[in-house]
Amino acid sequence: MAHVIRPSEEEELSSFIAEAAESGVPIEVFGAATKRDIGRPLQVEATVSSENLTGITLYEPSELVLSAGSGTPLADIEDLLRQYNQQLPFEPIDLGPVLKGEAGRGTLGAVFATNFSGPRRIFSGSARDHLIGMRAINGRGELFKSGGRVMKNVTGYDLSRTLTGSWGTLAVMTEVTVKVLPIAEETRTLLFFDLLDEIAIDLMCDAVITPYEVSATVHIDQELVSHIAPDELASQGKSITAIRLENFSESLDYRIEQLRTQFQSYGDIELLNDAQSLEFWSSIRQLKFLQVSNDPVWRISTLPKNAAEVVRGIRAHHPQCSAVYEWSGGLIWLLMPPLSDAGTSEVRRSVGALGGHATLIRSDVSTRASVEVFHPLQKGPMKITQHLKNVFDPAGILNPGRMYPGI
Amino acid sequence: MSSLVLPEPDTAVLIKRNPLLKGLKKAVPGLDIISDEDGRRAFEADALTAYKMMPMAVVLPVNTEQVSAILKFCNQHNIKVVPRGAGTSLCGGALPCEDSIVVGLSRMNRVLDIDFPNRMATVQTGITNLGISNAVEANGFFYAPDPSSQLACTLGGNIAMNSGGAHCLKYGVTTNNILALKVVLIDGEVIDIGGGYLDQPGYDLIGLFVGSEGQFGIVTEATVRLLKSPEAARPMLMGFQSSEDAGDCVAAVIASGIIPVALEFMDRPAIHVCENFANAGYPLDVEALLIVEVEGSESEIDSLLDKIATIAQEFNPSVIRISQSPEESLAIWKGRKSAFGAMGQISDYYCMDGTIPTNKLSEVLSEIARICARHELKVANIFHAGDGNLHPLVLYDANNADEVRRAEEAGAEILKHCVRVGGCLTGEHGVGVEKRDIMYEQFSTVDMEQQTRIKSAFDPNWLLNPGKVFPLDETPQATADGES
Ligand SMILES: Cc1cc2nc3c(=O)[nH]c(=O)nc-3n(C[C@H](O)[C@H](O)[C@H](O)COP(=O)(O)OP(=O)(O)OC[C@H]3O[C@@H](n4cnc5c(N)ncnc54)[C@H](O)[C@@H]3O)c2cc1C
Repeated sequence: MAHVIRPSEEEELSSFIAEAAESGVPIEVFGAATKRDIGRPLQVEATVSSENLTGITLYEPSELVLSAGSGTPLADIEDLLRQYNQQLPFEPIDLGPVLKGEAGRGTLGAVFATNFSGPRRIFSGSARDHLIGMRAINGRGELFKSGGRVMKNVTGYDLSRTLTGSWGTLAVMTEVTVKVLPIAEETRTLLFFDLLDEIAIDLMCDAVITPYEVSATVHIDQELVSHIAPDELASQGKSITAIRLENFSESLDYRIEQLRTQFQSYGDIELLNDAQSLEFWSSIRQLKFLQVSNDPVWRISTLPKNAAEVVRGIRAHHPQCSAVYEWSGGLIWLLMPPLSDAGTSEVRRSVGALGGHATLIRSDVSTRASVEVFHPLQKGPMKITQHLKNVFDPAGILNPGRMYPGI
Repeated sequence: MSSLVLPEPDTAVLIKRNPLLKGLKKAVPGLDIISDEDGRRAFEADALTAYKMMPMAVVLPVNTEQVSAILKFCNQHNIKVVPRGAGTSLCGGALPCEDSIVVGLSRMNRVLDIDFPNRMATVQTGITNLGISNAVEANGFFYAPDPSSQLACTLGGNIAMNSGGAHCLKYGVTTNNILALKVVLIDGEVIDIGGGYLDQPGYDLIGLFVGSEGQFGIVTEATVRLLKSPEAARPMLMGFQSSEDAGDCVAAVIASGIIPVALEFMDRPAIHVCENFANAGYPLDVEALLIVEVEGSESEIDSLLDKIATIAQEFNPSVIRISQSPEESLAIWKGRKSAFGAMGQISDYYCMDGTIPTNKLSEVLSEIARICARHELKVANIFHAGDGNLHPLVLYDANNADEVRRAEEAGAEILKHCVRVGGCLTGEHGVGVEKRDIMYEQFSTVDMEQQTRIKSAFDPNWLLNPGKVFPLDETPQATADGES
């Protein structure tokens, strides 16, 4: 690895990038590097990390707002929020262990650079939905800001959101400001077992259109339950479908009963209490189900009602793949058998036919070098993407080619 | 207001007006073109009525193909284009230029597809905001963002402004509820962004388009997220003897872990005007009124409102009243949602839209009172208290040029103060022409360049909705060196 520059001041980072732009030196950009192995391999001459741009600069619990340096460990932020009984509503996931790294090391900035959200996304919205402002340094080395520290703000174009999901290819975020929310008083979970994918998805879709504010749903193939917590669940060896409610305790009594009655035809229902629920959903957030092997993993976003068919299309060619469906089917984690091309053509074909997009999350470097890791864009969005790259990073030095050729 | 300057009209275009309109008619068969003076008059202003300008013509396309052909033609002939929904913008966002063609989307108001299992609907963007909820209501769904203008304003305008509403504390604003867009760029190219599934591949282009004030393209279709209606919802009124008490109560409710669906604030002048209009039973002898709404089953609502009332006790409320019937709830909301209209019946007003950190509420309200007193103007305050979005209504007489000028000055001072305390110039109405000249209060030159470069990349000649968002010296001639 090239020597890693870890500026602790915005000015230092900005002059570093300005010089690189001047001399056309391509730079790899990351936070704690936990997701470094996602994307096309880079050809760079310098490496810069935001890891030392740390510190929580603002936290006003009664205003539901927090600002912090982009390199601040997510774990620190969540610890602080917990002290005030608050949380990041979109429940960021931890890809560390899935990518053979440590757990709990990711940075706040990377959450927005990837825009990966966890189980509560379906109820509370995504990371980008909670981003209310940022400071960042573009590929010219210029420090700019967008948004601010107030929740409602339409002053000027929404550059903060534009940068979410850009994987360090447009600018390096230095500080982000997010909207936070209270932690619910209690969490409970309804569990169903042995449901076929289609049936589980029907159940999850029906659950999220009840008025009971289901805050997460997941369906886990039986091959993938072995690492799920609590242990008693994993050891049953059956596929699990889970529906989560978070609320005031007295509301939960009523809501759980309503759901139980409505969904009794799906078979025996087990209940997880507060502690068990927290343990279970934390294992989902940590993607424990992907830690059963080191085989290739795809992350697919599609329409819930098409999800089972997307997977069926891929299974027709690769019967050994296994799936986890979150967001009532809208998000699929697909664990492939150890194929040299990670099953790319079948994944793309199936997703292409039914709508959605797929990103290769785990694979070896030679696969990443030979297939498109990020979902190929249609001509129109590609054109705008190219415009944005030219605007933010005209010299093309920030994570060049990581997402798409020339981007 | 009085002093507004629009970009220099292109005389080459103005001279050729008639042949150009003929050419447009030919290029877009069947297009409804309004070119007579009376017809155009209806489009000379939006809801910021202090500014008026007659466009060269108004066109009312009926489908995306026509919009595409219109833009292609305008781009080829260097004609400025002003997209328009219902014209309810409060910041002059849809104000025409003399040498522009207004593209009105009001005829494109169809629902194209409703997909309940996947919880989404695809519509043409000329549909009204309420039209979407009306189309899905029978099945127990709704479209969440609810600007007070929802009966009239279009989804296209909501997307351009990233509009909010009273219930966005819980459900988010427009950008949080859009899944896909069909956009026509200035060269006529039609682009689809997103597809109904959650989160787009690549950059967040929906995030980029929402809130771009009609300057990147014309949005002709959108897929919106539908939500299931709650079992029930009920508001409660809480009256206080000072805005400090009301503000502290809001902070305490949020700190307790309860996020109501709506948390609205009115000061004494606003309460009186709204009560007079809606007979909502607002208490008249209080300095500040909060409307708090929660959702759930009837017994959940009882218990939540109880919790809130208990918290409120610490802040000396003079009135706490829970709505007792659906009729009463409707009246409570009618009073709030018709606040601007009610005010409009008694006076001209200039509606500001700054957002502030909520713990600065009472300080900012005092400052607003001071600013208005200095300018010898009356002011009423309505306020989305949960998220700090203020709506001071500065009252003036449009026939009195001096009052108009003072109202404008007071408004700008109020917004500058919002920025000074850590807030922003506009929380939901947009910049438009109204706030463009004070953008530097909030942004540095670099911040602004970052934005204008994007504008130039989409629309190199700045033909789309010109004269809005940026001070005129930021327009292409002035930024030629900054162009990427
Ligand atoms: C009484 C009243 C109450 C209001 N309450 C609220 C409120 O609670 N919350 C809130 O956020 N706003 C509110 N507003 C402001 C206004 O209603 C919103 O800004 C609304 O979104 C404008 O919609 P419109 O269809 O009228 O758009 P217009 O006023 O016609 O246009 C607004 C902007 O959108 C652009 N535009 C319109 N359609 C398109 C399109 N299809 N593609 C690209 N650009 C387009 C225009 O160029 C312009 O810049 C209120 C206004 C009034 C008069």
